[in-house]
Amino acid sequence: MTDAPALILENIRKSFGENEVLKGIDLTVAPHEVVCLIGASGSGKSTLLRCTNLVEPLDSGRVVVEGEEITAAGVDADRVRRRIGIVYQSFNLFPHMTVLRNVTLAPREALKMDRKTADEMAISLLQRFGLAGRRDEYPDRLSGGQQQRVAIVRALAMRPSIMLLDEVTSALDPELVAEVLSVIRELAHEGMTMLIATHEMGFARDIADRVCFLEDGRILEQGPPERIFSSPENPRTARFLRRIIEAGRL
Amino acid sequence: MTTRGTGPANDPEPSTPAGSGRGSRVLGNRAVLVSSVSTVAFFAAVALVVALAPGSGLVAERFFSPFHLWQSLRGTPGEPSVLGAFLLNVYIFAISEVLILVFALVIAVVRGIPGPAFFPFRVVAIVYTDVFRGVPLILVLYIIGFGVPGLGIAYFSYLSDVTYGIIALVLVYSAYVAEVYRAGIESVHESQNAAARSLGLSRFQSLRFVVLPQAIRRVIPPLLNDFIGLQKDTALVSVLGSIEAARAAQIYGASQFNYASYVVAALLFVLITIPLARFTDRLIARDKRRRQAGGLA
Ligand SMILES: Nc1ncnc2c1ncn2[C@@H]1O[C@H](COP(=O)(O)OP(=O)(O)OP(=O)(O)O)[C@@H](O)[C@H]1O
Ligand SMILES: [Mg+2]
Repeated sequence: MTDAPALILENIRKSFGENEVLKGIDLTVAPHEVVCLIGASGSGKSTLLRCTNLVEPLDSGRVVVEGEEITAAGVDADRVRRRIGIVYQSFNLFPHMTVLRNVTLAPREALKMDRKTADEMAISLLQRFGLAGRRDEYPDRLSGGQQQRVAIVRALAMRPSIMLLDEVTSALDPELVAEVLSVIRELAHEGMTMLIATHEMGFARDIADRVCFLEDGRILEQGPPERIFSSPENPRTARFLRRIIEAGRL
Repeated sequence: MTTRGTGPANDPEPSTPAGSGRGSRVLGNRAVLVSSVSTVAFFAAVALVVALAPGSGLVAERFFSPFHLWQSLRGTPGEPSVLGAFLLNVYIFAISEVLILVFALVIAVVRGIPGPAFFPFRVVAIVYTDVFRGVPLILVLYIIGFGVPGLGIAYFSYLSDVTYGIIALVLVYSAYVAEVYRAGIESVHESQNAAARSLGLSRFQSLRFVVLPQAIRRVIPPLLNDFIGLQKDTALVSVLGSIEAARAAQIYGASQFNYASYVVAALLFVLITIPLARFTDRLIARDKRRRQAGGLA
């Protein structure tokens, strides 16, 4: 089981009405691997992540998490989502709950963890990410960077076997980006398996074991970041990266 | 009124706004003086008109006679006390309110459950709200209060008038309140539900812990508004024969040829709705402040 890929996506297809957004995506992520998805806006990165944890229902294709096919009939999607952490661009913290309650809600209600255990676990996670002093605050009293770190902690509290991160720094002021990226780096060092959609090319080059270039609902090219960023094989990848460089973002 | 700690109080200018005082946070001395004078002058003018109007002595006697005000409030051996009868209004109000809050929430939630299997339930909820918002309360009272006893169904046809009244109020008001809840539920952004579901919470858990608490907080002011209406409409239950405040006042008025009893009943209703109204205002003001504070974050 431990040798099974952490995640297999097989021929994932998804349309919104007439608009086919994912046109057959195949992707395998090994345990402890960090894979970055890059590509222009609208290429389908977010949709792919949302389909992976079944928040968005797929039209066809298979998703296999640690050897278990979660798209099979009769699989309880709620149980599956507990094993897949996802963090969104816009944090989506629960505004009516304190930081601590945000983090402990799912462990207590979905995993039936008792309050004491959940609180202790949450506090130690918050401590690790420099948020211990904020545990009784409400989200609107935190900076964007802090909110996003709480959102990451909230996902980690479910002990997911893989984390999906969807442009987690795009909504942040530039000076707050670094603190969130450093949290993700730390997770990578600890061996967390991650699938990351990002526009931060420098970050992708640093952190990724593999980079996938998405265009128009297909993975056009993938490989180690050194190769993709320095000598892309596909002319479209090259064109995308050239535009990024011109925009001063690499 | 001026205790709101809005921003810096170290305004360098003395508060004597030249010309219009628009935009000044605090009423200046001059403004207070102007508003006091105009208030006194206005009510003095009203009092003068009322006192000089033809028949004003009769009005005072028929509506504001201290003797009748007091006697109708207390009741006599022959006529029920308006105050005592008002307790029935309060009782009907209290029971109905609790039932409405629960029942309306069920309707609102059922209406929002997706999926083809729940289609018939959604239809029932929609038809229910459409019907009971459209039919006048007094008709529902007649239909329930006179119709159901006539059916001769075990138990349900042998309830008290007050119980039929409460059932009618709950049916009608729940339709309104369900819509208020639904507006609240829909005002919570879908991303909140998505975040909850992504963490592995079930649909029901997401509703219970994430969506409903936010939705209900937002609709408390309109809910209180509906309850002010409910409090007044408890008087309509008298059409089924219960002696509540309005009916007691009518009995007194008819036998004494004096309408002070109506004034007493009216004052009792106002006395209980004013605190509710001011409380609603405060919640709305607090909400507004919160939103503004949140907007800055
Ligand atoms: N819920 C939806 N309903 C309809 N169309 C959608 C929906 N979500 C996404 N789309 C469409 O799917 C396409 C891909 O969107 P997606 O958000 O996956 O792109 P992305 O690569 O994440 O872009 P970005 O870099 O801007 O975040 C877009 O054309 C978008 O309009
Ligand atoms: Mg996106």
